[in-house]
Amino acid sequence: MAHRAQPLRLPGPPRVPGAVAAALVAGLVLGPLAAVALRAGGGFAPGPADWAALRFTVTQAAVSAGLSVLLAVPVARALARRRFPGRAALVTLLGAPFLLPVIVAVLGLLAVFGRGGILNSALGLAGVDPVSIYGFRGVVLAHVFFNLPLATRLILQGWLAIPAERFRLAASLNAPVGRLLEAPMLRAVVPGTLLLIFLLCLTSFAVALTLGGGPRATTVELAIYQALRFDFAPGRAAALALVQVALCLAGTLLALKIALPSAFGGGLDRRVQRWDARGPLWRAVDAGVIGAAALFLLAPLAMVVARGAPGLADLPPSIWAAALRSLAVALVSAALTVALALALALRGGRLATVAGTLPLAVSALVLGTGLFLIVRPVVSPLDVALPVTVLVNALMSVPFATAALVPAVASAEAAHGRLATSLGLTGWPRLRLVLLPRLRRPLGFAAGLAAALSMGDLGVIALFAGERQETLPLAMYRLMGAYRMEAAAGAGLLLLALTLALFWIFDRGGRVGADA
Amino acid sequence: MRRFLALPLALLAAPALAQTPELVVYTYDSFDTEWGPGPIVEAAFEAECGCDLRFVAAGDGAALLSRLQLEGPSTEADVILGLDTALTAAAADTGLFAPHGLSPEMDLLPVAWDDPLFVPFDWGYFAFVADAGTEAPATFRELADSDLSIVIEDPRSSTPGLGLLLWVEAAYGDEAGAIWEGLADNIVTVTPGWTEAYNLFLEGEADAVLSYTTSPSYHVIAEEDDGKVAWTFDEGHYMQIEVAGIVAGTDQPDLARDFLAFMTTDAAQSAIPTTNWMFPVATPSDGLPEGFAEPLPADAALLLPPQEAQAVRDPALETWRTALSR
Repeated sequence: MAHRAQPLRLPGPPRVPGAVAAALVAGLVLGPLAAVALRAGGGFAPGPADWAALRFTVTQAAVSAGLSVLLAVPVARALARRRFPGRAALVTLLGAPFLLPVIVAVLGLLAVFGRGGILNSALGLAGVDPVSIYGFRGVVLAHVFFNLPLATRLILQGWLAIPAERFRLAASLNAPVGRLLEAPMLRAVVPGTLLLIFLLCLTSFAVALTLGGGPRATTVELAIYQALRFDFAPGRAAALALVQVALCLAGTLLALKIALPSAFGGGLDRRVQRWDARGPLWRAVDAGVIGAAALFLLAPLAMVVARGAPGLADLPPSIWAAALRSLAVALVSAALTVALALALALRGGRLATVAGTLPLAVSALVLGTGLFLIVRPVVSPLDVALPVTVLVNALMSVPFATAALVPAVASAEAAHGRLATSLGLTGWPRLRLVLLPRLRRPLGFAAGLAAALSMGDLGVIALFAGERQETLPLAMYRLMGAYRMEAAAGAGLLLLALTLALFWIFDRGGRVGADA
Repeated sequence: MRRFLALPLALLAAPALAQTPELVVYTYDSFDTEWGPGPIVEAAFEAECGCDLRFVAAGDGAALLSRLQLEGPSTEADVILGLDTALTAAAADTGLFAPHGLSPEMDLLPVAWDDPLFVPFDWGYFAFVADAGTEAPATFRELADSDLSIVIEDPRSSTPGLGLLLWVEAAYGDEAGAIWEGLADNIVTVTPGWTEAYNLFLEGEADAVLSYTTSPSYHVIAEEDDGKVAWTFDEGHYMQIEVAGIVAGTDQPDLARDFLAFMTTDAAQSAIPTTNWMFPVATPSDGLPEGFAEPLPADAALLLPPQEAQAVRDPALETWRTALSR
């Protein structure tokens, strides 16, 4: 019996779950948007104020993303090629600003750079006029503060993924590491990182508004907020949210075009040793870069700790219940994020990248409102406050997890795929035996990031939570709303500690036995 | 495991619940926290109504109204508690509220009240709050001419921000634009909400913050700190009156009306000052607590009628945006 010719299709890692995950993510992002649009009310004709908001939003996002990545490259390079005591702890701590709730981080930042902050006090002592943080530069400064850690980590992952053998070879040939190894790696990693941060800054709301100094710093997200909250014009909110999605798609396609996958081939997972940049000058440069980044990122954190410590004693008992609730939400949503992102990364290709980036593009308020509209006819939103929060938090972390996993899967496949195929390893055995061991580090990072982000995110809980279902960030905001700033600062410190601990445990778990 | 336990328990409890009517009240976040008025009001009302009072917290006042609009006539809410006078016209336009038919005694409220849909339960004056040692301007013009720095809330995302917008509008009308232009160099920044603004002020980022005349009372009573004052302006102070209304589609109209009436009785009113940090509408039987702010003279009260407040909002926003974007 003759079989029909089958198209040649190389068996690889499982791809079907990826398609399902992509559909799920896209549905969860676009479904709520459609629900808001269908709720109608208030047409949309963009006025001059909208165009000004769009211009400001795109400009600040582009500048913030560019600057974050520009500064992250030397920091990541220094961290990649130096070993020193406390390096692992420093790498974890440097990630903290990205994980903090906005208001906590902004207050920490102001304690350093604000009118009454350390910097201006020092300048005052030196007889120099104070510098104002408010305005465009404040927005960019805050966004760099938030995103430099993410950029550093993603680029550092790229550096650590270059096999040790390549450095060994380069050293024995006396070949330039920068041009032959680092530049191609950056070409592969930087466009995606830039895109991620650009999109994060695109939907920024509280940072841009608090530090922006006035209506000049109006973002599209504020216009959405106003449309939903004060004007009750869901149509307008949906249209503005669509503009954000369009910008996201355009950015993603552009990043895909620019990025070139690196082709380092496989290695034997040896410990990386570096023979380049050994001179005292380079050592001094790297020490300076790491020191400056640590000072910039850690000084505001130290202020969060200093402000929060006295408040720990005034924490109301309910805060502990909120903290436990937050931990549970964080763990479940981290598991969900990793499952979704892993499926997407295994599927690979354009679909995975687009679906993996989409959640960043959509306004949290539109997403929450849309889910509210979808859920409500079926079940009381109060009853599903926590499940919905888990789902949305998981969704919001997918882009970061995908960004960490896609390049790792691609390089593992490039290095070991052909051998695995020739051995007939496909589907789950291939995932278990070939890929997962190689993905341990990015998986740990992704899970830690997802758990920590979910822990600190206000997400949609504020829209759904009813009687005493609050999470830790919501409890903190409510303390502030009741004038209890000291207790709120204590709650902020608790949140910082728990978030960092979660991140550290997962991230560490992914690095057990690995030298990084 | 809890799921499996919960189901039979719920079945057991169901007949008992069926006999107790339930009143669902949507309110803003800070009303129903353990230190807010919520628990006191709930205990006192449940003691006399033979019902189960359930608060559902939904963000701030504006979020409350948009939540109700999202849900429409099928809403679960019987009462909405916590809209303010800048929102009542929009709320009335939704057609989702029913007349209350009450005429409670409100001796502390400095303005006459005859709104058929909404009953006030507390109120306050917007004011700039500063450290006691800071020189205090007496008018918006003096503030604009000074080097004092202020932090304000955005009228597009926060109710106090909208209150300030209406304050300048009510006090200056056509000159509002000039006032805003004068204030532009005093404004350190414009925050999305009261929380951010008040925090920034406490962190020393500005000399004063837009808040309420009753804000210093919190520091006096809860923290024994009399170092904060509210500036009194000669133009008068714009008022925020917080109201409750009965949802037209309620299945508990009598209970809802009882609750609105209850909110103006002493049991609820005496809890307001030190839990919500606003003025009650009726003088509590023991008077205002010691150390609590005194209401300003009645002629200092500025308030645009709800319809007018709604009508001037968009043009006033445009004026504000233009003046501050220069």
